[in-house]
Amino acid sequence: MKRYSIRMAGVGGQGVVTASHILSNGVILGGGESTVVPFFGSEKRMAPVESYVRIAGDRLCEIGEIIYPNFIAIFHSQVITHGKSYTMPFYSGLKEDSDILINSHQPLQLGADEERELAERRARVYYLPAIQLALEYAGRDIATNMAMIGAVSAILGLPDLESLEKAVRARFLGKDFVASGGTASLDRAAEKGFAHKAELVQKNMEVIRAAHRYAVEHGWVRNRPKESDEACTR
Amino acid sequence: MIKTEKQRVVTPEYLFFEAPRTRSYITGSEAANEAVRRGNVDIAIAYPITPQSETMQQVGELYAEGYLRDYYRAEDEVGAFAAMSGASRTGVRCLTASSGPGLMRGLETVASWPGHRLPLVFLIMCRVINAPLSIQPDNLELGYMLLTGNVVLHAENQQDFFDYTLAGFVISEKCEVTLPVAVAVDGFFVTHARGWVEMPSADLKLPARECYSEAVPMIDNENPPIRIARDAPIQKSNFISYQMHAAWQQEIQAALERSRQWITRYLGGLIEVVNPGAETMLIASGSAVSQSREAVRQAEEAGKEVGLIKIKSLRPFPGEELRQACAHAKRIIVPEFNCIGWLNREVRSTLYGWVDAEIADGPRVCGGITMPTEMILEWVFEGKPL
Repeated sequence: MKRYSIRMAGVGGQGVVTASHILSNGVILGGGESTVVPFFGSEKRMAPVESYVRIAGDRLCEIGEIIYPNFIAIFHSQVITHGKSYTMPFYSGLKEDSDILINSHQPLQLGADEERELAERRARVYYLPAIQLALEYAGRDIATNMAMIGAVSAILGLPDLESLEKAVRARFLGKDFVASGGTASLDRAAEKGFAHKAELVQKNMEVIRAAHRYAVEHGWVRNRPKESDEACTR
Repeated sequence: MIKTEKQRVVTPEYLFFEAPRTRSYITGSEAANEAVRRGNVDIAIAYPITPQSETMQQVGELYAEGYLRDYYRAEDEVGAFAAMSGASRTGVRCLTASSGPGLMRGLETVASWPGHRLPLVFLIMCRVINAPLSIQPDNLELGYMLLTGNVVLHAENQQDFFDYTLAGFVISEKCEVTLPVAVAVDGFFVTHARGWVEMPSADLKLPARECYSEAVPMIDNENPPIRIARDAPIQKSNFISYQMHAAWQQEIQAALERSRQWITRYLGGLIEVVNPGAETMLIASGSAVSQSREAVRQAEEAGKEVGLIKIKSLRPFPGEELRQACAHAKRIIVPEFNCIGWLNREVRSTLYGWVDAEIADGPRVCGGITMPTEMILEWVFEGKPL
């Protein structure tokens, strides 16, 4: 399995950390290794949030922030347009030939320098209408984070949808997960929008599948490199 | 019946090496807590500070569940560590923990523990100590700990934090050691992140502390506390005072030396070596080991063999082991999570005159950021300054 260092950036209240936990747990449930490092200041809406997910087929030793990612997921356009990010510019440290997934229904107006630097690194930039997918399939924009991990799953080919569903169930129906105060209140807000928790899981999965389809249909699925080509990226 | 009485007492050897283990995906704080659960601990004493609070809050739950006999919330670190002195001297197994500024506040007492020959376990969850205020992991504080006479173990990850904490109680209480054992980890990276930890059943626990088998008698009705005050060197002639301190301080160093055999038995040696034949050797402790392991893997993919020496015990320092493991080395690199480079100083003074290798003056990160493996690889491949 190729190693992935995924940096997720968004703003408070979007569920960036929740999404990273689900993605990471999905990888583990699918038989891989993964770790999560959430990073944020005081918990408040619209404040910068980053979360880092490492994925590998065997032992993962690394700790701490991901300074040199080979996948970036931007959950909110203000990360780029308002600089709501711990890492500026948003692609800082990006390895060559990597992917950037951005939640936006249309391409963002990037500066000339940014366009040039992304081109120099041969970055592939994908725009996912994650909010629209969340509204369409769950009826609520709070499921935007689910759309994002659905697309990540399609692009990287992991975790598979079955493992991802297990991880979603574990997160919302399981008893082991301990959420912070702010996250717990968001959980309650999310639950209120649905008749019961099972529906919340089902709607989340519909959003994930829709985003997965969207990514596949738009040809974002990576050509998986052979093991020998994986020279993990100095 | 309280929970601890339902646990079965087993030998340390059985608990550490023979008892079947199951694997859990837990945080470092939880791993330390699980060690305390199996440690037959009498009293935990704490004053909160991030990132230590999470562990000691969980240990409070252990007390509520009946795994601990007492829990004391101190008024500050001076009070917490002084209470540890009192508790340990009465012969019970005791635990405390602190981080960065809290450790610095109580350092006077921490430095007095070895002289009082107090067996105890002191968990250190490292945190920035200098201004401006920060809660991030940076292990500058361990540079101070090296001078105190405590045994100082530096755990790499959640598994180490579990194993070293449990072993710490046993090593600390060995008659020929009778010293406090500090078990350090880098904060947040280990304490607040999850990792796989293999643990024996929670139905098992260590034997109780045997305080009358240790080097110094306990305070009891035969040995009232006033003896310590009455016999204080400050009340003797200067020459008697000098003599007493010389003997006592040398004895602490000797006790540290004697702890080697137990660290070797319970932690499998003071160091671990990866790729022992490599010309370029990384030497690291704590989280820097994890980053170095990944750097070794990436260097291998790029076609270069790099070695790694993990230092588990900072005090006693594995001098002889390092000299042997580095005898063939051409280049030595010491990645550290502090700006001072206390490990680099230890390595240089240990190897001076013994090896021909160049010893690079870094790399280091400051203020609690992680060290990207790319940074280590720059020093490996691009020959960063010596």
